[in-house]
Amino acid sequence: MARIVAGIGSSHVPAIGAAIDNGKTEEPYWKRVFSGFEKSQEWMRKTKPDVAIIVYNDHASAFSVDLIPTFALGCAAEFPPADEGWGSRPVPVVQGHPALASHIAQSVILDEFDLTICNKMEVDHGMTVPMNLLFGKVDKNSHWPCPVIPLAVNVVMYPPPTGHRCFMLGKAIRKAVESYPEDLKVVIFGTGGLSHQISGPRAGLINSKWDKAFLDNLSKDPQKLVKIPHVDYMREAGAEGIEMVMWLVMRGALDDKVDEVYRFYTVPASNTAVGHIILANRPRAARHRAGAHKAGKRPTARKTKTPTKRAAARAKAVVIRGR
Amino acid sequence: MARKEQAYDDIPGTYVFDAERSREGYGINMFCMSLMKEDNRKAFKANDAEYLKKFKLTPDQTEAILKRDYNRMLELGGNIYFTAKLGATDGHSFQHLAAVMTGNTQDDYAKMMLGGGRSIEGNRSRSGKTAPSKFIAGTAAAKKSAAAQPKAKAKPKSNKPKSKFKSAKRK
Repeated sequence: MARIVAGIGSSHVPAIGAAIDNGKTEEPYWKRVFSGFEKSQEWMRKTKPDVAIIVYNDHASAFSVDLIPTFALGCAAEFPPADEGWGSRPVPVVQGHPALASHIAQSVILDEFDLTICNKMEVDHGMTVPMNLLFGKVDKNSHWPCPVIPLAVNVVMYPPPTGHRCFMLGKAIRKAVESYPEDLKVVIFGTGGLSHQISGPRAGLINSKWDKAFLDNLSKDPQKLVKIPHVDYMREAGAEGIEMVMWLVMRGALDDKVDEVYRFYTVPASNTAVGHIILANRPRAARHRAGAHKAGKRPTARKTKTPTKRAAARAKAVVIRGR
Repeated sequence: MARKEQAYDDIPGTYVFDAERSREGYGINMFCMSLMKEDNRKAFKANDAEYLKKFKLTPDQTEAILKRDYNRMLELGGNIYFTAKLGATDGHSFQHLAAVMTGNTQDDYAKMMLGGGRSIEGNRSRSGKTAPSKFIAGTAAAKKSAAAQPKAKAKPKSNKPKSKFKSAKRK
């Protein structure tokens, strides 16, 4: 059985990609941002997922205003990086996982989520920047460490799907993953945000209080988040801050109770508050679902919590603030 | 027909790109999209007014584009991810566009961002009446800031997350 072991939330600021591509990661401004992801990359190397599902949005790259799908699932074998007007980013072509992707499509559509299927799609910074932040810089001629299933969400035209809808889609994706016969370790990314507005006279808005509350509740009380009306996101976190609903797809795909492995927050990267969190499903729950309890091997919480996990939990909440 | 008033029109300095603007601004956004191709950028730079005739634009929209009035473009249905392509064609950084839209010099805008960005305080509402989102209230961060106001003192948060949310203002 395939299973989702962890969820990752990460901003996808395009300037972060440009800093990587132009070799600026050691400059003090950017070092402040990238240093917040060093532990995450280490975590990712240890976790070694077989597949990553990445929830992101397209920024007038693959989709113009000709077609505006609310949820679009990438079922292709590969996804080339899009030319966003300055040439494609020098990153490898993203390999898909068509078998799992089409399995997910079939499962969630029957669960009443009417996805758009993309058998050909280019992917922009919305997806490749979080991949760089978590997987590190990867040479164009090399390959990403695991295949990816992109899920593009419309957050450009109002209204995007509600937070509740996103959360429920996450649950449906989890159900789909768990009904896939192959034994795969899956991670799911929610990307975008946190607070930022890049349009109009109010551009430059950042609301760190909102962001902190969002991360706190994402970790401990996601039910509080699913009912936030869109107008609250736009008012408090900026017109473009509404991207944060995408993090709720990720959260919905996890257990109700999760371990917060790591958190990072800094202001600004370009015009945006950078937020990042790693939430891990507890091993006990995973075993429970796998049916271990039926065989009378119900493990105790103490036994299943590995020392490294607890050490990681203690080391969480590394908050570095911008100058 | 006049635009229907929406709850989010109360957000100051913001043009929400909704379905209505998406319909009205189709020409602006598809013009911007065309600038992804080098040949089109060349043609546009050679004679912008002539190039714009290829797209279905209202006179107001054409004027806004020719004047590079970015806020007006947003108001008339342009979306920032699209209009940014026009800025890039003109050789401007995104920060330059942001500064133009906010009426700042680029230097001042950059300083504001380094200083933590534009504060939400005073920037929530045109009418000036809207309190912080109830979603922020009831968290540790908000409690700290609300500590000075005894009436805002919240009960321990554990029990009633739902009811708290229901009381959130929905306009």
